[in-house]
Amino acid sequence: MDAIILQILNGLDKGSAYALIALGLTLIFGTLGVVNFAHGALFMIGAFCAVTLSKIFSLSYEVIDESQTDFLGNPLKVQTPYVEAWFGPETGAALIDWSVPLAILFSIPIMITIGFIMERGLIKHFYKRPHADQILVTFGLAIVLQEIIKYYYGANPIPTPAPDVFRGSYDFSAMLGFEPNSVIYPVWRLIYFAFSALIIGAVFAFLQFTTFGMVVRAGMADRETVGLLGINIDKRFTIMFGIAAAVAGLAGVMYAPINAPNYHMGMDFLVLSFVVVVVGGMGSLPGAVAAGFLLGILESFASTTWATTTIPGINQIIIYLVAIIILLTRPRGLMGKKGVMEE
Amino acid sequence: MSKSNLTRRGLLKTSAIAGGGLMLPTYLRAAAHSGFTNAPTGDTVTLGFNVPQTGPYAEEGLDELRAQELAVEHLNGEGDGGMMSTFSSKALQGNGILGKKVTFVTGDTQTKSDAARASAKSMIEKDGAIMINGGSSSGVAIAVQGLCQEAGVIFMAGLTHSNDTTGKDKKANGFRHFFNGYMSGAALAPVLEKEYGKDRRAYHLTADYTWGWTQQESIAAATEAVGWQTVENVLTPLASTDFSSYIAPVLNSGADVLVLNHYGGNMVNSLSNAIEFDLLSKEVNGKNFEIVVPLYSELMAAGAGENVKGVIGSMNWNWQLTDEGSKAFTKSFGEKYGRPPSNSAHTCYVQTLLYADACERAGTFNPCGVAEALEGFEFDGLGNGPTLYRAEDHQCFKDVLVMKGKENPSNQYDTLEIVEVTPRAQVEYAPDHPMFAGGDLGECNPGA
Repeated sequence: MDAIILQILNGLDKGSAYALIALGLTLIFGTLGVVNFAHGALFMIGAFCAVTLSKIFSLSYEVIDESQTDFLGNPLKVQTPYVEAWFGPETGAALIDWSVPLAILFSIPIMITIGFIMERGLIKHFYKRPHADQILVTFGLAIVLQEIIKYYYGANPIPTPAPDVFRGSYDFSAMLGFEPNSVIYPVWRLIYFAFSALIIGAVFAFLQFTTFGMVVRAGMADRETVGLLGINIDKRFTIMFGIAAAVAGLAGVMYAPINAPNYHMGMDFLVLSFVVVVVGGMGSLPGAVAAGFLLGILESFASTTWATTTIPGINQIIIYLVAIIILLTRPRGLMGKKGVMEE
Repeated sequence: MSKSNLTRRGLLKTSAIAGGGLMLPTYLRAAAHSGFTNAPTGDTVTLGFNVPQTGPYAEEGLDELRAQELAVEHLNGEGDGGMMSTFSSKALQGNGILGKKVTFVTGDTQTKSDAARASAKSMIEKDGAIMINGGSSSGVAIAVQGLCQEAGVIFMAGLTHSNDTTGKDKKANGFRHFFNGYMSGAALAPVLEKEYGKDRRAYHLTADYTWGWTQQESIAAATEAVGWQTVENVLTPLASTDFSSYIAPVLNSGADVLVLNHYGGNMVNSLSNAIEFDLLSKEVNGKNFEIVVPLYSELMAAGAGENVKGVIGSMNWNWQLTDEGSKAFTKSFGEKYGRPPSNSAHTCYVQTLLYADACERAGTFNPCGVAEALEGFEFDGLGNGPTLYRAEDHQCFKDVLVMKGKENPSNQYDTLEIVEVTPRAQVEYAPDHPMFAGGDLGECNPGA
């Protein structure tokens, strides 16, 4: 039983990342009708926003310390961060320590701007082109973005830890009546899950309870009629692209302490997130979220020793296997609607 | 008026045949004259450096490239000479190789076997490379070694740690300076026993490919020999980025040690995930839980950041060694690039010197002459103490380092500390050892 709870917990944080990326993908597909293969790159750029803020806070000046030597035997150049010099050692150290949560604020305007530039500068020219063209151009864009990141940040993963207070794990064992250490889970991953739930809830509330959201939903249902009412739906859809980019970016920022960011991390998530969108039902926001968590949990269970010894390789194919079964039994996915991508 | 029989089609055919003849790969023409592939005919000789310049091991590859460029400078008599002054063989004079100035071409392996073979093939056939050096990954090394054997050039493998490279996949044209999984096990086991005791239960997470399999087999055998028990070995896909679902069950398995048979991005992520789960602060079976990373690299340790603190692993070489050769190389590399060299950089640097030295001693670039000069070659002064290139399997034997993540690093390069220099005798094994069984070195192929 403790092993089951552990794998469900494990699936929730992975599912959170899938759900957030798939939510953004679905928003873009549902509003603009664009299959955006650059969405994984937005997730990666979000993670690098955390890296960048951490590097900004760590910008240092050098002081030569004659009492110590470097690897060549020369006097050691000691690095002191400017923030520690300006705000005092304690405040400066706290800023560096809290760079990931602070990067949430830092990343939102950056991601929205990147979203706007991507949509206005490139993707809008492909609205009326076939999906294959859209996939090619956005995939190309994703490669360009990851190469830019690699050029500036290098190919190696860059450790970007969570604040000290959130490191370590929480032991649920006593609460659930198990032996100590039976159900432990990293604190930051629990925060990631809660954060994802908050963002997902905020996006749904925005679409459900605001006038802007109502217009966007109407536009998703019948773009032409909304246009005939004199509403500039294109402008709103562009804003939605920016919001989708911000959602992917926030998912990336908070993921940085879980896996050290590297230029390739967007691609690692992209394919799986597309499967999540298809399983959830193209254009269905609740479907994307539900499928994200479902596949995250299934993937987690498939990685257990019991599963991999019973069916070798099941951990690598489970998501695709489930996708095939769901698409055979429910061709439009779990919550897909008639008419979406069926013309 | 004469009538010409030349038609448009005929002209095209003739041009194609003539063009094809002229564009025959350089090595075929050279070989026809001198009996081996890419025999240098001018006043230069070209070496091929095949390293990952893109992909997940790009940083490692770029460090190898820096070292190889430095080696070329030293061979041509430029710079401070680096390890040439400490090398026990004095055949190298700083005037190139056999009087020919050394030039080099580079290829990008991308850490993919097919891409690595393609780039090596291109360097041999189009650029006339006389040897191929470098790389990072055993899968790539084995693939390129096979290609070099067929093409008739010497292959000096870079960072490859699988037993198979000089075991079942060994080739007469291939040599490996780097240590292997067996040697890691032999060096680590006594230290692990001393640090953590005899009665330990180990849980292995293993990258699912040739290097992971052979390393796991080696570490499990070595630790079981000192009394440890292997509780579980879980194979993880090479493409994995999040290992939490593999790490979550570890504490419930009754294991008190986690062995991460991972390298590169896999190692950085699996170790970070294990630290996230707070494994090192847990107590199991009345003992502190421990993590072991059998194969360390400075660049990967930097990627894992403070997560490596207190974690034990093994290395081929480290810039903190105090022998004259290591000091000379670290000084030379550090002054040129402003950073200490990694152990992959060291491997590729010394392999370039060793190849050049073998050519000088053999008096030829013929790969069979060079191979003969390298086989059974004993030398010193290139770091790691007295070293042997064993004739039977072309594996290098030298001291191995046991390392530990430093508790209080003073700078970004100060991530690991040397716990023990394991003497060569302790990591040696017979050429017919079961872990290296199968395969055949075969005959040297000069090409042509």
